[in-house]
Amino acid sequence: MSTETVVKPVLSVRELYVSYRARDGRGRARAVDGVDLDIAPGEIVALVGESGCGKSTLARALTGLVVPTAGQVLRDGVPVSYKSRALKAYRRGVQLVLQDPTGALNPRRTVYEAVAEGLRIHGKSALAGFPNEKAKVADALSRAGLRPPERFFDLHPHQLSGGQRQRVVIAGALVLDPQVLVADEPVASLDASVRGEILKLMLDLRASAGLSALVVTHDLGLAWNIADRVAVMYLGRIVETGTVEEVLTAPQHPYTRALLSVVAESGAEPVILTGETPDSAAIPAGCRFRPRCPLVASGEAERLGVAGRCRGVDPEPLPASGRHAACHAAEVP
Amino acid sequence: MIADFRHRRAGLVGLAFLVLTAVAALAAPLFISAEDLSAVFAPGVPRQAPSGHFLLGTDAYGRSMVAVTIWGARISLTVGLLATLLAVGIGALVGVAAGHFGGWVDTVLMRVTDWFLVLPVLVLATALASVLTPGVGTVVIAIGVTAWPTAARVVRAQTLSVESRPYIERAKALGGGHWHVMRRHILPNVMPLMLAQATLTVSAAILTEATLAFLGLSDPTKVSWGTTLQLARAVGAVSAGDWWILLPPGAAIIAVALAFTLVGRALEQVLNPRLQERM
Amino acid sequence: MNDVLRLENLYVSYKTAAGPVPTVRGVNLALPAGGRLGLAGESGCGKSTLAGAVLRLLPKSADVSGRILLDGEDVQTMTWGRLRAVRWAEASIVFQGAMHSLNPVRRVGDQIAEPILVHDRGVSRTAADRRVATLLDQVGLVAARAAAYPHELSGGQRQRVMIAMALACSPQLIVADEPTTALDVMIQAQILRLIGELVAEHGISLLMISHDLAVLAEHCDRLAVMYAGRIAEEGPAGEVFADARHPYGRALAEAFPRIGDAASRRGPRGLPGDPPDPAHLPEGCAFAPRCTFAAEECRAAEPALAAAGEGRTAACVRVDVVREAG
Repeated sequence: MSTETVVKPVLSVRELYVSYRARDGRGRARAVDGVDLDIAPGEIVALVGESGCGKSTLARALTGLVVPTAGQVLRDGVPVSYKSRALKAYRRGVQLVLQDPTGALNPRRTVYEAVAEGLRIHGKSALAGFPNEKAKVADALSRAGLRPPERFFDLHPHQLSGGQRQRVVIAGALVLDPQVLVADEPVASLDASVRGEILKLMLDLRASAGLSALVVTHDLGLAWNIADRVAVMYLGRIVETGTVEEVLTAPQHPYTRALLSVVAESGAEPVILTGETPDSAAIPAGCRFRPRCPLVASGEAERLGVAGRCRGVDPEPLPASGRHAACHAAEVP
Repeated sequence: MIADFRHRRAGLVGLAFLVLTAVAALAAPLFISAEDLSAVFAPGVPRQAPSGHFLLGTDAYGRSMVAVTIWGARISLTVGLLATLLAVGIGALVGVAAGHFGGWVDTVLMRVTDWFLVLPVLVLATALASVLTPGVGTVVIAIGVTAWPTAARVVRAQTLSVESRPYIERAKALGGGHWHVMRRHILPNVMPLMLAQATLTVSAAILTEATLAFLGLSDPTKVSWGTTLQLARAVGAVSAGDWWILLPPGAAIIAVALAFTLVGRALEQVLNPRLQERM
Repeated sequence: MNDVLRLENLYVSYKTAAGPVPTVRGVNLALPAGGRLGLAGESGCGKSTLAGAVLRLLPKSADVSGRILLDGEDVQTMTWGRLRAVRWAEASIVFQGAMHSLNPVRRVGDQIAEPILVHDRGVSRTAADRRVATLLDQVGLVAARAAAYPHELSGGQRQRVMIAMALACSPQLIVADEPTTALDVMIQAQILRLIGELVAEHGISLLMISHDLAVLAEHCDRLAVMYAGRIAEEGPAGEVFADARHPYGRALAEAFPRIGDAASRRGPRGLPGDPPDPAHLPEGCAFAPRCTFAAEECRAAEPALAAAGEGRTAACVRVDVVREAG
């Protein structure tokens, strides 16, 4: 699963911008502000960042739920069309798993209905060789680890545990045989002991079905647990990307370093950034991280002779793959 | 849900009364003949005070007030229910569409709704009833067209709340289109509320029907509570103090409207968890 | 007897239509003055019920037995007036959902002032406002924020307001129930550091509840792991986290990987199965059905907490086997 190979990405975004009217009605919030990203077949990419950094918007753009303001989403190199029929077919191949399985399941519907929903939307072709809907639903449930599947058919969401509910949501996605799973904080609302089981399931699915995944998370430990590659996002832009080992053991961007330092038991002296995650409707000029940057605050940037560029030059958006950091100081040898 | 309803005594009383009224209205042809209701072959002397033979006296044609009142329930209930069906139907359509599509669809639909909402119902209904040919159908349309905005507002609010649930996003991510989301997720969630709203609308519709009939905008040959009152007014029963002609249809209107309201309130409380907490 | 909080044989069960649901089942814990005790466990293990019991905040359907001693005084037998005085003034609680614990239509300054005005009738409004300004400063907010409504604040700022409220009457004990769940990593770090600084500065005792063992290990002196209403393991925080004696404690510690640790790379660890339903607990050790070390003896009887090393206890009959497995 090395990222160095030159396989064609199954899903990619090019110069993607998503903006919408800011909440107070003045100006526009640039939720995704120039992102390039590739997901190779069978690759698990972790998209890491704080809430409001645009990672969830990017995930929704990838699943076709949000139409980009500019730029493209490409599957197998082909730009996604936003005409309703083409979009429906696209969505079948790129499935979304949401954070809160309790909310993601309609409380009035049984497990069977929840999983069969996708099949009913896409009709006969979605059965993919299975004799009937029931067999396909049973297959998806057991692939998601709910065995024997028949035992779960008639249960309602409230009769399941949190982990089981998330498995139902995953089964509902698997039933359409997607190429890519986009998971938005898939374990954030689950208990600690269940978390590992769901992550294991995602690794198993990659191994058995070659499923690619983009996992959106604020949890660097999750990236360490399952991802091949990490992209760290800050204020709508990816600020550092590379393999998990590269980014998490030798971070180059001060933001990644700060995120890593506050993970409990990291051993390092925590670099706690002050202030809140800034507003995407008011992205600072120059380097967007500058107002919170510990390198700038400590005078390190000045010493390296990049302070002027930090103030005046917005680092270029990073390429879609490989090892990069969007920091003027990181470019200094 | 049914168990919850059983604990609301007022709702139960209302429901029992409605069932009784409906049964009486349905069974009316079994014990009231055409002659009993005929203006020409009426069985009694006009405007006779209550007696052993005519328990509630007779009306201006000499018909038994008991028979007239029971028969009136047929028209009143029919008009009330049909008009409600129309109003809640339009309301649901507009409300779900506005809540689901949002944006300019929502803006346009809600402006239209607001416009209907501030129009004086009676004036609009009167205008409609006088333009169209008088009759029960006209009254149904007049009431239905004026009563839907409230339903639309309520349904839209509920639609918006359902729209924000993650399972809607999940359905869209699965590839579900507008029709799928509305039919499979929004309608089932809006339905209970529509039911509660409908029971409240029925009472308003019955009152409006009576008012329109009283103003002479309904079919005068059909016996309803409104036409009975109108006839009483026309022959001067009010000034003569013939209370037995005025009281039965008036009381019936109030009682049925109240019963529907009681049932509606109880349903609303059972179905709306937020109201339930406050009890 | 200088424990700020002592729980002696605490049992809590909820009355439901389907019969009693035992939620806390015989807990003994002690928190010395100035100490910081972490209580770890998953949802439904009884940790929040335990926190609620400390300040008698449980609903009427809860049946509490055993003793809860706040500074030597039994919370269960306090009069209503005494209990009100004790809440806030001696022990206060920081809940996880700061949004839901703040009144949306009142300014946060007024909400912080409320406990001050309630507890000290003699205090003037201006004195209370001065105190609010000091408190806001202590939690890292500018005094002008007193005029803000909760919705105008971010999640982290709201949690700071909650902490200011908890500090308002200078309590001896703060119970923090998942104080940072639902907050971002960076904000979480800010809040945890703030709590740590404040309890150290004022000599406040801290009972912190979380499902994240790593966070508790870093911010507490001692750590208790709870499973199915009972303490599974207790000991010095760092030791319990690094080298748990109970298989459940071990699983919880492993759930959040250490970045850079080769063993957990592409190897997420979890526990098969789900936490038991408190209304239908299994026979014997409640953890046995999910335990990889479980043997016949585990299903015979529920193990009691027993010594498991220097200053440590664990409720597992196979402690030695677990230890050897290293």
